[in-house]
Amino acid sequence: MTGNRLYGPLADVAGDAGYAEHPQRVGFFTDTSVCIGCKACEVACKEWNGLPEPGGDVLALTGMSYDNTGALGSNSWRHVAFIEQQVPANGPAADLIIEEPDGADGADGATRWLMASDVCKHCTHAACLDVCPTGALVRTEFGTVIVQPDICNGCAYCVSACPFGVIDRREDDGRAWKCTMCYDRLRGGLEPACAKACPTDSIQFGPLDELRATAQARLADLHASGETRARLYLDDPEDGIGGGGAFFLLLDEPEVYGLPPDPVVTSRDLPQMWRWAGTAAAVLAAGVAVAFAGRRA
Amino acid sequence: MSEELQVPPAEFSSYYGRPILKVTRWREPHLPAYLFLGEMSGALALVAAAAHATGRRPLASTARIGSAAAAVAGAGFLTAELGRPERFLNMLRVAKPTSPLSMGSWILASHSGLVSAAAASQVTGLVPGVGALAGAAAALTGSALATYPGVLLANTAVPAWHAAYREITLLFAGGAMTAAGAAGLAASAVSSDRADFEAARRLAMVGAAVESVAGYGLETRPGLESEPYRTGEGGRMLVAARYLTLGGGLAALAARRSRMAAAVSAALLAGGGYCAKVAVLRAGVASAKDPKYVVAGQRSGLPGEPASAGRGG
Repeated sequence: MTGNRLYGPLADVAGDAGYAEHPQRVGFFTDTSVCIGCKACEVACKEWNGLPEPGGDVLALTGMSYDNTGALGSNSWRHVAFIEQQVPANGPAADLIIEEPDGADGADGATRWLMASDVCKHCTHAACLDVCPTGALVRTEFGTVIVQPDICNGCAYCVSACPFGVIDRREDDGRAWKCTMCYDRLRGGLEPACAKACPTDSIQFGPLDELRATAQARLADLHASGETRARLYLDDPEDGIGGGGAFFLLLDEPEVYGLPPDPVVTSRDLPQMWRWAGTAAAVLAAGVAVAFAGRRA
Repeated sequence: MSEELQVPPAEFSSYYGRPILKVTRWREPHLPAYLFLGEMSGALALVAAAAHATGRRPLASTARIGSAAAAVAGAGFLTAELGRPERFLNMLRVAKPTSPLSMGSWILASHSGLVSAAAASQVTGLVPGVGALAGAAAALTGSALATYPGVLLANTAVPAWHAAYREITLLFAGGAMTAAGAAGLAASAVSSDRADFEAARRLAMVGAAVESVAGYGLETRPGLESEPYRTGEGGRMLVAARYLTLGGGLAALAARRSRMAAAVSAALLAGGGYCAKVAVLRAGVASAKDPKYVVAGQRSGLPGEPASAGRGG
């Protein structure tokens, strides 16, 4: 253990967590440019992990798009977002356009769909893991982050700490749950269920270093073909979470997909917060001293 | 200070306006009650130690017993907040400096033990030396218990909490003083030896000033994250807290001569302290529910990144 590594690049995340010998760090590269929104990942995840139905009406429709899952949560560990947007008819991403302009002048542009399968980011600096008071959240030998259900006491600190709104508490069960990157399958030498089920290879699983190289090549291809808004998200070890164990190729700003544009692990600021609490404690002690300073009446 | 820099982009993108963050599972009355009782117990431990050291026997006795009662009640609310309350002791499985709740659990556990020992010694009259020692040590754990919750809330992704860690922590330190002062004032309203409680009255007034200044700071600090403290349910509760606390502070001026004023002041200060905790919780909820606080807040930290026009919802 090197200790107290709260922020910044971290080359050996499992080693930092105390694993003397460990396999390569693995992760997901989700290339949203080839996602077709089939939700096979959502289904495979629920099937493999035996996730319960969400509370309430399971057939409820959000009414906003084909997305009726809505968000990641304790019972949804993959979530396919659907975005319908207007783009210039002569702009890039011609292969994503589903409807040609129909106005007489065509000024309204064309309509395109963006689809993206979201998942736990398995951050290099994971706020959920940092704040967990019981040690239920742990770093695995693969560099991923999992909850141990036999330890979690449902304090829900992780729920408020996650900058992506991923982890949540099941109210019927009282514990926090999220994607494990199919830890059981990884232990058995298999790839996670979502990646296995993805028919277009939008979800790619593998050693993180290789995935980052793959992603850079794909990004260069897209830029060369005119898709200039394509960008990688959470691939950079210099970013606010030290890079994601799951990262993405997006075709628009992250917030369009419901992702925070520049997430930072809250623990980065923890040392100064503790110091400030010391200041506040001194204020409290000074207040008491002032109150007792006068002579007894 | 430039006003322009504080204005968020008028339009920002989101995914159908849905929240990016999960709204906290912490709820009312559990969280605000725990915060209020914890800081009351912490500050009362300081009061008890100071009163003991300066020979204010009735105040020391009241503060010891009050501190123990508040610690036990606060721990009860904290436990009831858990999804699996029967696993409360898992909090003491590890000690993690990166987790303010882990540190807080250890602080609460040691503090509860110390103030309970001091109170038991006080009530039974047994081993007064041990009671005094436990009481003195509890002044240290009490200082930590009263102020660590500022870090507990701030060390999250919740924009209104994370950004305002200084103001929240000071608000809690001031609230600790008013809560302990209120307990002393309430006791003085029924005590035969009222002169002894003068220190509690002064503490209440100092606390009311600190709490009011910190509350003002929450509303006025630069940045979009102060908006939930001025508007909506968080803003309304913070206004209520301000009037209760200031009213309690004013009533404390008259509390030396009037038992009625002492009782009224105690009630107003306790109400103000509780409302301030509710205001912080509700402001945090509001800032987690609306993606603009996440997007605009993070965009303002990204130089040269223009916010794109609203789409997708």
